[in-house]
Amino acid sequence: MKELIPRALAGAVVAGAMLGVSAVHATDVRYIAANCANCHGTDGRAAGGGGMPGLAGLSATYFVEQMNAFRSGKREATIMHQLAKGYTDAEIAQMAAYFAAQKPSK
Amino acid sequence: MKTAINAQRRRLASVAGATALAAGSSGLLSGCASATAAPAAAPRKLGRVLVIGGGYGGATAAKYIKKWGGDAIDVMLVERESAFVSCPLSNLVLGGHRKIEDLTVSYAGLRQAGILVMNDEVLGIDPAKMMVSFRKLADQRFDRIVVSPGVDFDFGSVQGLNDAAQKRILHAWKAGPQTVALRAQLEAMPDGGTYVLSIPKAPYRCPPGPYERVCQVASYFKAAKPRSKIIVLDANPDIQSKKGLFLAAWNGQYKGLIEYRANSMVTEVDAGKLAAITELGDRVSADVLNVVPAMAAAQLAHKAGLVNVNKLWCGVDWVTLESTAAKGIHVLGDSTFSAPAMPKSGHMANQHGKAAAAAIVELMNGRAPQPVTMANTCYSFVDADNVVHVASVHRYDGEKKTMVTVPGSGGLSSQANRLEGVYANAWAQNIWNDMLT
Repeated sequence: MKELIPRALAGAVVAGAMLGVSAVHATDVRYIAANCANCHGTDGRAAGGGGMPGLAGLSATYFVEQMNAFRSGKREATIMHQLAKGYTDAEIAQMAAYFAAQKPSK
Repeated sequence: MKTAINAQRRRLASVAGATALAAGSSGLLSGCASATAAPAAAPRKLGRVLVIGGGYGGATAAKYIKKWGGDAIDVMLVERESAFVSCPLSNLVLGGHRKIEDLTVSYAGLRQAGILVMNDEVLGIDPAKMMVSFRKLADQRFDRIVVSPGVDFDFGSVQGLNDAAQKRILHAWKAGPQTVALRAQLEAMPDGGTYVLSIPKAPYRCPPGPYERVCQVASYFKAAKPRSKIIVLDANPDIQSKKGLFLAAWNGQYKGLIEYRANSMVTEVDAGKLAAITELGDRVSADVLNVVPAMAAAQLAHKAGLVNVNKLWCGVDWVTLESTAAKGIHVLGDSTFSAPAMPKSGHMANQHGKAAAAAIVELMNGRAPQPVTMANTCYSFVDADNVVHVASVHRYDGEKKTMVTVPGSGGLSSQANRLEGVYANAWAQNIWNDMLT
């Protein structure tokens, strides 16, 4: 059992070398986008019929535009105008890219 | 060679008894291996994670460690109950607007996702050895442990609230049989009776929950028992969340039904005559007495030595959710010593679960975890259909080494409304899917 820790570390070093910096960046995006999943469904695929819009497959331009409209007050909302103000431009751009790449639910 | 042998031994050890894992694990890595005509090698294994507690925090952590960690990380979730029952929305059962079955979800979705879900109870954790003992399963060692056990009640803080008294004086602050039993008490109560709710000092699980409960019971009384009365004995100096929004309902549609008493900590109950006695000596008789006792991190966290703040809560690093008392152990949800203005809510626990999952996946892959922004949304039903919310966004502050709310973000509903009732129901459906499928 003692060998488990060195083995895990060795594996991690190899994995890190293989995956490189771009993989680290990619993982960051999914962690940020997961913020939205509580209400909008995992990977932005919302359960049907609930009135909560899904985000999967939305155009990135549309997503950024709507988030900015929530932040500025141009688009009225019950809650999104309050939540949108909690995220940076960079985070919103990353979320937009992530959801644009997701397949919408059927 | 030695590594290869160890790898195989390790694989056999982790696969033993884990058919659910094996069934869902023919993912990316083995697919790649066959595509390049390499021998059918075992997936690269980074280790084994145990998640204790299948609530909003733990189930989310288990789901996302598997989703992000893939075949390389084996995930086992241990939960005492055979199905998940949601605390959010459970006040609606008291109001007669939902059945407990509507709030109950099985763990089948997590099993299908490749997580080994065990219906068992953890008896102890040895943080130094990372060994865990169970009621039914054999003792096992894990590479990382996620502790998400929720809260336990301090029944001793209320004199007379012994085991026998607890059968009659319910808390119903964990959704399940107590919720159903409290609803039955309300149904059995004659019109003209008095329901008394005792609220503990903050921090407690779900800050708006008690006040939503008052609305729900009032909604039932108004429709079915209009001569009845509600007395709220709040240990706190004021309503703890959504004050104006709750008062609008209490002074509006429920006018005359509710008497609210601040600074009224219940320190004793008379189970025979059914009365609550406050710190100041006031005696309040009830037909239905609902005492929510003071809370602390669950006993398991105490036993494992994870409680290191005020003898009540578990301190955590807000980047990794790792315990500040024990390396390799992450604590989530209501058991944590909350960051400033961070509520003990199911939504928040889900966000803790994701932050911990991200950190665990990064750490096990040899990368440095980055802070994750977290959001909270709490919906409360003031009647069957109309809902109010409070929302906040929390970001890591590197200097203060804690989460702080983002200035200008978050807020409340302007008034109770039906549209948010629709969103609240959709929220429930989506968050249950997010954590359990």
